[in-house]
Amino acid sequence: MTDLLQRILPTVQKPARYTGGEYNEIIKNPEDVRVNVAFCFPDTYEIGMSNVGMRILYGVMNEMDGVWCQRVFAPWGDMEAAMRSHDLPLWALESRRPVKEFDMIAFTIGYEMCYTNIINMLSLAGVPIHASDRKGLENMVFAGGVCAFNPEPLAEFIDFFSLGEGEQSTVEIVALYDRAKAEGWSKDAFLVEVSKIPGVYVPSFYSHEYNADGTLGSVTSVNGAPKVITKRIVEDLDNAYWPTKMIVPSTEIVHDRANLEVFRGCIRGCRFCQAGFSCRPVRKKSPEVLYQQAVATMEDSGHNEITLSSLSTSDYRGLKALTDALIPYCHSNNINLSVPSLRADNFSRELMEKLQTVRKSGLTFAPEAGTQRLRDVINKNLTEDEILSTCANAFSGGWNNVKLYFMLGLPTETDEDVLGIAELVYKIIKCWQANATNKKRGLRVHVATAFFVPKPHTPFQWEAQITQEEYLRRCKLLKSHFYSKSIEYDYHEPNLSRLDAVMARGDRRLGAVIEEAAKNGARLDGWDEYFRYDIWMDAFKKCGIDPNFYTVRGFGEDELLPWDGMDVGVSKGFLLRERRRAYEARITEDCRHGCAGCGANCLLKEVACDA
Amino acid sequence: MPRLLFEKTGEAVWLSHLDMMRLFQRAFKRAGLPLTHTQGYNPRPSVSIALPLSVGVESVCELLDFDLEGEIPDLAEIRTRLNDALVAGVRVLDCYETGKKIKELAFLDCGVTLEYDAGVPAGAEEAISGLFAGESLLVEKKSKNGPVEQDIIPMIRCCLVTKDDANTVRILARVCCQNPSLNPMQLAAAIDRYIPECRPDHVTCRRMEIYDTKENVFR
Repeated sequence: MTDLLQRILPTVQKPARYTGGEYNEIIKNPEDVRVNVAFCFPDTYEIGMSNVGMRILYGVMNEMDGVWCQRVFAPWGDMEAAMRSHDLPLWALESRRPVKEFDMIAFTIGYEMCYTNIINMLSLAGVPIHASDRKGLENMVFAGGVCAFNPEPLAEFIDFFSLGEGEQSTVEIVALYDRAKAEGWSKDAFLVEVSKIPGVYVPSFYSHEYNADGTLGSVTSVNGAPKVITKRIVEDLDNAYWPTKMIVPSTEIVHDRANLEVFRGCIRGCRFCQAGFSCRPVRKKSPEVLYQQAVATMEDSGHNEITLSSLSTSDYRGLKALTDALIPYCHSNNINLSVPSLRADNFSRELMEKLQTVRKSGLTFAPEAGTQRLRDVINKNLTEDEILSTCANAFSGGWNNVKLYFMLGLPTETDEDVLGIAELVYKIIKCWQANATNKKRGLRVHVATAFFVPKPHTPFQWEAQITQEEYLRRCKLLKSHFYSKSIEYDYHEPNLSRLDAVMARGDRRLGAVIEEAAKNGARLDGWDEYFRYDIWMDAFKKCGIDPNFYTVRGFGEDELLPWDGMDVGVSKGFLLRERRRAYEARITEDCRHGCAGCGANCLLKEVACDA
Repeated sequence: MPRLLFEKTGEAVWLSHLDMMRLFQRAFKRAGLPLTHTQGYNPRPSVSIALPLSVGVESVCELLDFDLEGEIPDLAEIRTRLNDALVAGVRVLDCYETGKKIKELAFLDCGVTLEYDAGVPAGAEEAISGLFAGESLLVEKKSKNGPVEQDIIPMIRCCLVTKDDANTVRILARVCCQNPSLNPMQLAAAIDRYIPECRPDHVTCRRMEIYDTKENVFR
């Protein structure tokens, strides 16, 4: 008789994402395993398998003796319905064992809109969702990823958070658990010990009091837990663990290629960008090491494409040396080398031509704002001249398709800034008319606007988000100024960005809202097919929480912020200085032109910041 | 052009035709066997798999044509090296120099297993045999322009229905596989439609052998 899962698989979309069995999947003998870790990605297989962080930590944990780390992903709606109707609990791909039987359950959390997936996965696994209801050492739930930099909305569900880069801290955490299990510690005893590992935050060791106006009044710690948790970083990337034997999915995923991280941190300082600040300081990897890792990865995986990734690859000092070595290798092995997030500088232009990976149709800019004044406010050092000269070059070379990304609702934005987007687009159209060598195919300008979401640990962390009505008014204003048939305009749906803003700067009181929304069917919120704003609004109402408190209100500079106890290296004083400069529309040069004193270099003990 | 005979069983049955193409392209690369590439703007590695198999169907007789850069190594070694680079469920059974022309492929043998959790209904074997012995049998087939009715009887060369055990009925059929082709899962669809009292709780399907127009084994 065919087993239950095999009977369900023919009835769901893309069944191969539920079976595991890929090349380089790690299988261990259960008898040799002392600590079983279920490593959960709170989104689908196709998204999760594209995540580099998960691949690194999967390798790191499986390198440990006696530890078996296995993967778990969120099921799509059809699979979830089948699992619930047949009482099939969530399982890990490698062994097919139910998640409930695992010692540790880890989550990597990269974006706020997956919070309900975490609750839903725990519920599908049959594991109590509240940390306080999990009494024993088993099913210890911990989480990392950029959302751990403001972990409060998830405080009641997660036993502890690991802040920053996990290559070293994860080993320390799992080794401590190994010892705790062998010696039969209580959960409390383990949490006390794990809170002593730098970078670990145990939310149950802190109590939050609120003022009458709803703002955070005080945070008190117990059990000797540190007042401030400083994120962990890897200083020497050349010698850090890097998985050259990566799992090669048998079915298509979002980023279906090898991925090589060339450096960490960012020298740019765009004032809206969380990664740009929270991933500092800048640490390099040498082109020689990268070349060896690229070749080893390609030979082992059989991929025909490799991406050089980072927050801004043009800023990698070794880019010329690395690409000079890699291009001939890729060429002779029929491998496509892709280098995204290049800036519009001369070297990058030459490189793009050499790579020839940029199809004649694709040219993408993210000016983020329409006027130079507003670009100076947000410190996006991309000028109109740079955009237009790159366009002129590209149009004369036969390109005929431009994508432009902007944000609406940025601090100090006026209608003039909104209309500045339309003006810039018209200048690009004029530029095409003046420079295009092949006008027969016409020009396509694709313009997209996102709704600005203020994020913690950025100079804009105190800013108000404009209302959805105002955002939509600005979208319509912009749209009414696009007359050319060449322009295609899309704007992000504001409901999701509003919710994103609530969660990003949320406090502990949001736990109840997330729980209520998940209970009523909110899940896969990042997917249009599933996002249900009404469920969320009902949950806010039921919990007596006003989303506007976290969005249109804005946060006071003297206010205790829910994430003040999380130190990402960048000082609050620096963020305040940058906020002042933003209001004066004064740019701050990139770190290579002179250190702006963000403070992140203090995280380094062995090497200097490589900005 | 050299050809592989391979099987697709176990969990690998959930891989689609496109997944299989990608899997083999990468496996050749991992095995240090560089495929030639098609000419053109977007060069693609030259592998081609005959008769795309539906997701969920097992097979022990899949064919893949490929072409390698440079000198072709020993064929037995290609088989060994590929098997080391493939995933569980996909196994190369044979590798040989030249096979018959794909357009001569005409028939295949399939096994369709019908599982009945509460036991095989009385008379099911006869009812199913009778269904496929009729003059014509219209079954709905998905096409580009929506569902169309298709008479499957002319495409069934022969058919044997047996009761394997108290819970299982097995259909062994030889059906057309090219111009026109019959998806063996259509046999189960016909049972659902015409004798719903014999509708099984679960169906599995296996491609067992392929034949040319003269019903000689095709390789």
